[in-house]
Amino acid sequence: MAKKKASAFAKLPAEDKTIMVIGYVILLVFCLAIILPMVYIVLASFVDPVTLQNTGLTFDFAKWTTTAYERVLSNSQIWTGFKNAIIYSVVFTALSVAVTLLAAYPMSRDDFKGKGFFSLVFMITMFFGGGLIPTYLLISDLGMLDTIWAIVLPGAFGVYNMIIARTYYQGIPRDLQEAAEIDGANEMVYFFRVLLPVCTPIIATIAMWNFVGMWNSYFDAMIYLNSASKQPLQLVLRSILIQNQPEPGMVSDMQSTAERAQLAELLKYATIIISSVPLLIMYPFFQRYFDSGIMAGAVKG
Amino acid sequence: MSSTQSATTKTAGGGGKLHNALVYVRQHWQLYALFILPAFVLTIVFRYIPMGGVLIAFEEYNPFRGVFGSEWVGFAHFERFLSSPDFMRYLMNTLKLSVFGLLWGFPAPILLAFLLNRVLSTKLKQRIQLILYMPNFISVIVLCGIVRILLSPTGLINMVLGTNWNFMTMPEAFRTIYIASGIWQGAGWASIIYTAALSNASKDLKEAAVIDGANIIQQIRAVEWPAIRDTVLIQFIMSVGNIMSVGFEKAYALQTDLNLASSEIISTYVYKVGLLDGNYGFSTAVGLFNTIINVVLLISMNQIVKKLNDGKGMY
Repeated sequence: MAKKKASAFAKLPAEDKTIMVIGYVILLVFCLAIILPMVYIVLASFVDPVTLQNTGLTFDFAKWTTTAYERVLSNSQIWTGFKNAIIYSVVFTALSVAVTLLAAYPMSRDDFKGKGFFSLVFMITMFFGGGLIPTYLLISDLGMLDTIWAIVLPGAFGVYNMIIARTYYQGIPRDLQEAAEIDGANEMVYFFRVLLPVCTPIIATIAMWNFVGMWNSYFDAMIYLNSASKQPLQLVLRSILIQNQPEPGMVSDMQSTAERAQLAELLKYATIIISSVPLLIMYPFFQRYFDSGIMAGAVKG
Repeated sequence: MSSTQSATTKTAGGGGKLHNALVYVRQHWQLYALFILPAFVLTIVFRYIPMGGVLIAFEEYNPFRGVFGSEWVGFAHFERFLSSPDFMRYLMNTLKLSVFGLLWGFPAPILLAFLLNRVLSTKLKQRIQLILYMPNFISVIVLCGIVRILLSPTGLINMVLGTNWNFMTMPEAFRTIYIASGIWQGAGWASIIYTAALSNASKDLKEAAVIDGANIIQQIRAVEWPAIRDTVLIQFIMSVGNIMSVGFEKAYALQTDLNLASSEIISTYVYKVGLLDGNYGFSTAVGLFNTIINVVLLISMNQIVKKLNDGKGMY
């Protein structure tokens, strides 16, 4: 492999070699810019808080400690956050994938009467919306404040994802449907038994986007949920990372304000690592669907 | 099955358009009642009912009296914020953030795609892509947490520079932080679409160019750029159409009390003045104003795409 690469490179004219080297250097710098901060945070999360603030990262392992991890992991609010984030993300993904895939089917059929009307109704929402306050008032009137429904229902139907699914259905050969109809299959049977099984790449892609999107968002939870017991992970992270307010139990045993501040700073490092673990575990699974993501992205263009 | 057939025959015999439609709906009722209904109901409830709620932009909204009982004030809210210097500053902050963001952020993924396309070893290319895509999956909160840690007065950047600047409190640093972290997080992922377009560039054409002795710059001009030009154009026009919709989450997570001079944008202002201060009508008016500019931008950009794209728009 390396030999082949080297020979392909050697064959290039001199000026191209220069361009190639510059290109590789830019890529290398970009990759380092991504990796180095992450590595730094992993390493720093083990350093004693006082040392970290005064002298920075050290490889004197006598100064290393796992106290930040112990404190974060023994805090119940983090676990509540994880639990809620999983519930919201799973429910939202299941709901939105179901609604979106179902709606995309009639919209993919040429003979569907009323297609123009539904198209118009859906498209308008891509341009125009009521905005923050009217939506908030509606959620409040529906009695959904401080419930999971305020988080998972309003965004459950995504027009953009529907268009992607519709385009994918349209790429499935018509023969399949005709064969099914001759066999006497009605729409339900055709959709669930014939169409969906051949659409797994696009289903997985949409599910992945929705899951990651819900897992990473915090705005809806911030405005609609009040109870601490209902907060998803991102809101718990927000108070630790952005608002500088670690959960009370995490730092309260420290004597001085300075100590507390130093510890709070270290807790941020550990919190970032702990909250990123699920994502790192799932990343290889996501990766399989990047390709179909490309295809779906091309629909946009 | 037989009843279906007879219905079809009857329709073919005679009967108006309406009759045809009714027969179709009866035959395919599942398409309406099961497939499209959930999406339709969600859209009406959560998208269209709030649209009616924009009426409160023209009212002194009173929660106890509701949308239809509150006092009507016409365009008073609009006049108030359009004549307020604060609002003009937030508008400019929003515009500057997205225009500069576009200026720096738009070329970055294209450059990455060109570079990735030139990596000779497929394996190496895949590894690089794996790294480049990763930040896309980090949440806004964690991203802003990392940024705050690295930029804090005792953080890594200051240690390297030997200074103790507090970047997060400097209004003049906010845009750079916002845009640079955006590129850090998004450029790799955004390059996917260009990488895909580049892989469609004809291999034959490229080989011919190489045999003719074209160097890399000439190959890019003659083969690769034409292959992605349309994608670049459409992506650009779409970004321009979205220039007023700067997201709330990241700007809010990077705000501190001291950098508000440049970090307060329309979406964060709408949130604060509406939900935190309770000025429902005023906040809705600001939001509506923003939406309308956005719609005008999107529609005009769509028209441009239609012109360039043989009558086919984005929507």
